[in-house]
Amino acid sequence: MSLKAVETFVTEDGRSIGPVILEVKDITLKFGGVTAIQNISFDIRGGEVRAIIGPNGAGKSSMLNVINGFYHPQEGEVWFKNELRAPMKPYQIAYQGIARTFQNIALFKGMSTLDNIMTGRFTHMSSGIFAQAWWKGAAEKEEFSNREKVEQIIDFLEIQKIRKTEVGRLPYGLQKRVELGRALAAEPRLLLLDEPMAGMNVEEKEDMSRFILDVNEEFGTTVALIEHDMGVVMDIADRVVVMDYGKKIGDGTPEEIRKNQVVIDAYLGISHD
Amino acid sequence: MNSSFRGQLVVDTLPKLLNRNASQFSNSPAYRVKEFGIWRSWSWSQARDEINAFSLGLLDCGVDQGDHVAIIGSNRPELYWSMVAAQSIGAIPVPVYQDAVPEEMIYILEHCNVRFIVAEDQEQVDKVIELSTRLKRLEQTIFLDPRGMRKYEKSKLTSFADVQSAGRKNEKKLSILYKKRFQNHSSVDTCVMLYTSGTTGKPKGVVLSHKNILAASKASSEFDNLRHDDSVLAYLPMAWVGDFIFSIGQAYWTGFCVACPESAETMQTDLREIGPSYFFAPPRYFEGLLTSVMIRMEDASSIKRKVFNHMMEFAKKVGPKILDNKPISFYERGKYIFANFILYSPLKDTLGLRNVRVGYTAGEAIGPEIFDFYRSLGINLKQLYGQTEAAVFITQQPDGEVRSDTVGVATPGVELKIDESGEVFYRSDSSFVEYYKNPKSTKSTKNKEGWVATGDAGFIDTSSNHLRIIDRVKDVGKMSDGSFFAPKYVENKLKFYPTILEAVVLGDKRDICTAFINIDLTAVGNWAERNNIAYSSYQELAAHDQVYDMIARYIKEVNLSISKDKMLSSCQIRRFLVLHKELDADDGEITRTRKVRRGFIEEKYADLVKALYNGASQIETKTEVTYEDGRKGHISATLEIRDAEVFNPELEVA
Repeated sequence: MSLKAVETFVTEDGRSIGPVILEVKDITLKFGGVTAIQNISFDIRGGEVRAIIGPNGAGKSSMLNVINGFYHPQEGEVWFKNELRAPMKPYQIAYQGIARTFQNIALFKGMSTLDNIMTGRFTHMSSGIFAQAWWKGAAEKEEFSNREKVEQIIDFLEIQKIRKTEVGRLPYGLQKRVELGRALAAEPRLLLLDEPMAGMNVEEKEDMSRFILDVNEEFGTTVALIEHDMGVVMDIADRVVVMDYGKKIGDGTPEEIRKNQVVIDAYLGISHD
Repeated sequence: MNSSFRGQLVVDTLPKLLNRNASQFSNSPAYRVKEFGIWRSWSWSQARDEINAFSLGLLDCGVDQGDHVAIIGSNRPELYWSMVAAQSIGAIPVPVYQDAVPEEMIYILEHCNVRFIVAEDQEQVDKVIELSTRLKRLEQTIFLDPRGMRKYEKSKLTSFADVQSAGRKNEKKLSILYKKRFQNHSSVDTCVMLYTSGTTGKPKGVVLSHKNILAASKASSEFDNLRHDDSVLAYLPMAWVGDFIFSIGQAYWTGFCVACPESAETMQTDLREIGPSYFFAPPRYFEGLLTSVMIRMEDASSIKRKVFNHMMEFAKKVGPKILDNKPISFYERGKYIFANFILYSPLKDTLGLRNVRVGYTAGEAIGPEIFDFYRSLGINLKQLYGQTEAAVFITQQPDGEVRSDTVGVATPGVELKIDESGEVFYRSDSSFVEYYKNPKSTKSTKNKEGWVATGDAGFIDTSSNHLRIIDRVKDVGKMSDGSFFAPKYVENKLKFYPTILEAVVLGDKRDICTAFINIDLTAVGNWAERNNIAYSSYQELAAHDQVYDMIARYIKEVNLSISKDKMLSSCQIRRFLVLHKELDADDGEITRTRKVRRGFIEEKYADLVKALYNGASQIETKTEVTYEDGRKGHISATLEIRDAEVFNPELEVA
C-alpha cells in the first residue's frame, strides 16, 4: 500500500480531495509488436476530476481499457481501494464500482432511454431469473427502488422529455447524455468517461461539462476522463495526466501542465501531422 | 357560498378561500406535479398545511406587512403556495418572468423594493446573486431545488423546506402574530402585483386587489360553469395575469385541481396524461399543434389520408353545429358518432384535449381554419378578450355563440363603452387599483368614474352583438372619406393564407386601400412544384402570372369577408402588387420580431406606392438590398399591378 493513500491534496480551486482510490504502477501494454502503453504510473484520488489527455494514438483509450479491465497489461499493477487487483473480467470490475462510457456510443439503440439507463442498474439487482419472471414480491420491490434511482438520474440529466424515446432516434449529444446516465445508474465509485464531448457543439459541451462537475459534486463520484478539447479539460479537471506515444510526459494540476515545456512541445505546440 | 367560516363572515380574500376549500373539499386534489416520472398530488387540506407552514416560516424570516415577495420560476406547486402564503401574512407576491435576463429583472425587483425572493433553482438564484449588490433591501432568497448550490454562501440563502420546517417548529410562538396578520387584511388589500411587459417604455406594476381577483374569478367561473372537479394544466408563465387567474383565482374560487408539468419540454406529454377539462393556449400553440398533425398525416398511408380528409371535411360541416346545439339530421349524427369513435376521439386524446370542456384562446387573431379545426373535432374552443388591468376578463364568448372573428360579450359585471375614436373602455369590479408608484399612468388609463382605456380599437358587431377588436388605437387611421382604416385587421386576414408571408396595406388619409404582398417562398415553391411551374428565383416566382392569379383570388375572398362589416368595408383592397423581394429585417423593412415598419416601407418604395395610386398597370423599379454580410446591392424588376374585385357592403348586409 502506498503512503500517498492517506494524504489529502488541495486543488487549484481550494478543494481538498481525498486519498488515492486507484493507482496504476508501471503499466506496459503491447499489441504484438506495438507498444501502446509504456511504463506508466499515476493515481486517481477520491472525489477528483482526473483528466487524461494526449494527441491521437497516445494510448489514452488503452489506458482506460486497462483500468476498466478490458485489456490486461503485460507488465505493471493496478491497485484499487488499496488492494492489488487480480486480472478480472469487465463485469467483475463493474461490480467493484467502476463504470464507463465509450468513445463511440454503445447504447442499445432499439430500447428507450429509460430502459437503457435501467440496464446500468444490473449490479444492484439480486433477484434471479425466476424471481424476475414471477415478479411479485422481492423482484417487484427491487424494480421499484431501481426505477426510483433511474428517475433521479433522468431528472438530474434533464432528459425527462426523452424518457420513453427510442435511443436510436436521438441526436448525438443526447445519446451521449443517456450513456452518462447509464454509467451513473451503477452508482460507481469511479466513473470513466472516454471523450464525453467528442463531436459536440459548444453549447452541448457546456452542458456536458456542467453535468460532469455536478456528478462530481452532488454524488461525490470520482471522475477520470479522456478529452481532446484543452479548454474544457483545463476548466473542469483537478489534475491532468499527459500522454504521448504511450509514455507519460506530464502529471499535475492544470496550471502546472500549462507551464510544462515538454507538454507544450509535444501536444500544444508542435503538431504531429 | 360566501357563508360564514370560523367566525369570518365573508370569504373575501384568497387565503380565506383556501381555508374554505380545505374544509369543504378537504380530500379532493388541489395540486398535482410530475416529479421523477410520477404524478404527486396534494389535497386541499394538505395544501393548506403546506401553505400555512410556509407563511409561518416567512414570518419567522421577518416578512412585514406590505412587503413585496418576488416569485421567480416555472410552474411549481411550491411557488403557487408561496404566493398564497405571502398573502396570508399581508405581504404582496410579485411573480417575475423566469426567462428574463438579470438586466430585465433588476428594474422590477428594484421598483417594488423587494425584500424576499422565492426562486425555483440555481439558474434563478444565480441571477439574483448577480443583482444582489444592487438590491439594497434584499434579505433572503428562498430556493426550491438545492441542486448545484452546495458550495454557495448560505447567509442569504435558505431552502423552501427549511423555511417550512422553521415555521412548523415555531408555530406556537408565531401563531398570535399570524392570526393578527391574517385577520387584518381584507378585500381592498393588494392581492398580487403583476408587471405588464410593456412594448413601449418600462414595465408597469399593475396592482390588483383581492376584490379584483375574486370578482374576475367569480364572474368567469360562473360564466363557464367551472366545477370543482375540473382540472387545468399550469404551463403558462406565472408572471402572466392569465396564469394567476386560471391557476389561483378560478382554482380557489371553484376548488378545481391545478397540475404542474414535469418541465417545459414535456408539457405535451403531461397534457395528455392529465387530460384537463379547462384549457387555455395562445393561437400560435393551436397553430403549431395543427401543423404537426398535418405533417404527420402527410406521412401516413394513402388510405388513412383519404379517411382523415373525408372525415375532417365532414367534421367541419357538422362538428360546430353539434357544439352550438343546432339541429342536424339523424344520418349526420350517426356518422359523427362513428367518425368520433374511429378518428376524432383518438386524435383529441393524442393532442391531450379529449376532456376539454372549456377551451380558450386569446392574445392575437386566430386563423378561422385553425379555429374551425378544433371546434369541428368537438373541442369547445372559444375566444376571450382581456388584459392585465382587468384581471384578464373583459369579454368572452358564451357557449353556442362562438365565432372566429369576435371576442364575445362582456363578462358579467363588466360594462363596455366605445368612444368616438373607436377605443374600447371597460369598467368593472375587477379593474385594477393602480399602477404601482406611477400615478401619472394610472390617471391616463383609468378615469375618475372607473373607466379603463384598453388602447384597442373595436366595435360591437351588429349581427352577433359581440365585441370585435380591430387593432391598437394608435395604428388605426382614417381614410379620406372619414371611415376607419385598420391595416392590421386586413393584413391578418391575408396572412391566414399560408402562401402569403407578409402583407402591407396602405390607405391612411387616402381614398382607396392598396396592398403590397409578400409570398412565402416555401409554400409557393411547393405549390409551383406540384403544378409544374418552373422558376429560377424568388423574383421570377413572385412575378409569375399564376401566382398573381392565386393572390388575386385570395384578396377577393378577403374583400368579400371585409365587405360584410359595414364599419370596415372601405378597407377592401382595390389594387395590389406582389413584391419582388422578401421584406427583411436587415433592410429595416420589418423589425427583428417580424413586425412591419409601415412608414419606412412607404418611404422606401415610394415609386411603387405612387404607381398603386396613379392607375399604372406596371412599374419598373430598382431596390437596394443588404446582404447578410452587410454588403449592399441592387435588384431591378418590372412589377405588375392588378386591380382586385371589391364588393358592395349594402348588398351583403340584407
